[in-house]
Amino acid sequence: MSSYVYPHYEYRRCADHGLSPPNRHQVVIVGGGMVGLTAALDLAQRGVPVVLIDDDDTVSVGSRSICQAKRSLEIWDRLGCAEAMMARGVTWQVGRVFFRNREIFNFDLLPEGGQRFPAFINLQQYYVEQFLVERLQETRGVELRWKNKLAGLMPCDGGMRLTVETPDGPYDMEADWVIAADGARSTARRLLGLDFKGRVFEDRFLIADVKMKQPPFGRTGPTERLFWFEPPFHKGDSALMHRQADDVYRIDFQLGWQADPELERQPERVTPRLKAMLGDDAAFDFEWVSVYTFQCRRLEKFRHGRVIFAGDAAHQVSPFGARGGNSGVQDVDNLCWKLALVLGGQAPEKLLDSYDAERGHAADDNIRITTRSTDFMTPRTAMSRRFRDAVLKLAETHGFARRLVNSGRLSTATFLKNSPLSTPDEPGFTSTTAPGAAALDAPVQIGNRKAWLLETLRGGFHGLYFGNGALPHEQAAALRELRAGPVPVHTLGIANPAGATLADIPTVIDAEGLAAKRYDGKPGTFYLLRPDQHVAARWRRFDAALVKSALDRATART
Amino acid sequence: MPGKLRTESAFDNPDDVYDALINAHRDLTDEQSAMLNAKLILILANHIGDLEVIEEALAVAREGV
Repeated sequence: MSSYVYPHYEYRRCADHGLSPPNRHQVVIVGGGMVGLTAALDLAQRGVPVVLIDDDDTVSVGSRSICQAKRSLEIWDRLGCAEAMMARGVTWQVGRVFFRNREIFNFDLLPEGGQRFPAFINLQQYYVEQFLVERLQETRGVELRWKNKLAGLMPCDGGMRLTVETPDGPYDMEADWVIAADGARSTARRLLGLDFKGRVFEDRFLIADVKMKQPPFGRTGPTERLFWFEPPFHKGDSALMHRQADDVYRIDFQLGWQADPELERQPERVTPRLKAMLGDDAAFDFEWVSVYTFQCRRLEKFRHGRVIFAGDAAHQVSPFGARGGNSGVQDVDNLCWKLALVLGGQAPEKLLDSYDAERGHAADDNIRITTRSTDFMTPRTAMSRRFRDAVLKLAETHGFARRLVNSGRLSTATFLKNSPLSTPDEPGFTSTTAPGAAALDAPVQIGNRKAWLLETLRGGFHGLYFGNGALPHEQAAALRELRAGPVPVHTLGIANPAGATLADIPTVIDAEGLAAKRYDGKPGTFYLLRPDQHVAARWRRFDAALVKSALDRATART
Repeated sequence: MPGKLRTESAFDNPDDVYDALINAHRDLTDEQSAMLNAKLILILANHIGDLEVIEEALAVAREGV
């Protein structure tokens, strides 16, 4: 029924069969979904050899995680595959919320331009995974093992021993580190006997992906997220509509807990619901239909010795907010540089505990935020229903109530609050780019070429030095020394268009003054950015000793 | 522990305020009254704006329920 042609990746017998003792790898990733594939690409590009096993031989079946957030696109751009996604995906940034027939609220997720990537693209998960696999196939140091199913996981000799089932029978291998990115029903989690605690939401939702020849409701303008509370076409419950690539539309209907999932996914049940929404003469073909429930839960710890959990294997949230796939991508963006430094002997193993601290905090945030959205959309008591309805009624006429309307608060880059790796901020900065924040993009010029600030920050630690003119001799020497250190810091000068470029270091021109504005970059200001483009520290003036101590802190070397 | 919530009487004319509350519910069904109360709480909570005050008020309101 799908118009998408699923790629099939060939199973090959790997070299680890029948070896005694088993072969040892540095990193084995379990799970070839969007999170595992992103991790493989990130590690391989840092020079860490990776083996990835997946029990299937294709991409995500069904569109599943469709909203790819700006932060994910920035991460995938660093890994070299965002362009393919942008070319295929549908860009959007405005959401509209309706109560019955009337629009009561709308939001713009990217009110400020001058950034390379939009707030969101909608792109089916199978495309995301396909583009990641295509990029991996041209990357050295990665072995993708399809139809390889994890069956055993035991500690051994400072690492883990994995038993893997294949069409050629089982084999064993060892790994210094295992990244478990094997999804909500994680086998790795089960094999380690780990608890996965949280709340089940007693509601069912129908997903219908349909291909339409004509845009629904005659909407030919920009793509927008449409959400209805109590729409006239779906009495009493909520509905959501989203356009994806290939003119496929995602339509969600809230069904209630009593609904029979088997029955509700039958086309003869789904068709009348869609006709009620789109009109009797609407022409559509089914791509994928699914009925789902969801849970908000997390592992208490994401690191268990040499096994590190990421994505849905570590935490699950309600889907309203696009915080599942996008938080998983941020997980491995946070993890991989740390793992590469530990493997390279440049940082102690305890750096990995900061992954648990930072991404555990992010998971708590995501669970809290999506639980609130769900409580609004699926009120559990008569009283919470009454408050919800009161908000919707007031929202028609009162601005304050519109801000209470919650149809999902959409994923943004996590602010790493209270991170052990952040250096306490100096007072007096007015921008949001405090230690813990993800770096913000801005248009810049490199020579005569138009470029983006974030594309200049690839992979390692970076300094951002705002200023003009020649640097004092001892500063230039200190920056050279930082660049040559065991954990190199590459500093980029950011000069305003009026001034001369900074001598001695690569410099970009802040063509529209947006970098200075977004970073409160008065001349002399220096930022230290981590390899995942989060701010580690910032100062009003460059001081090499302070930068070194912030770098030690950001790599857990103190 | 003294908080931010004011619990001494703030009304110039308490009976008028009480009367206004009761009158607002005249001729309403229980369901309609409950909706009025929910809207009123939201409107007043927004007017107060301060989460600490609202949380203290909620704690006081929950006592002895």
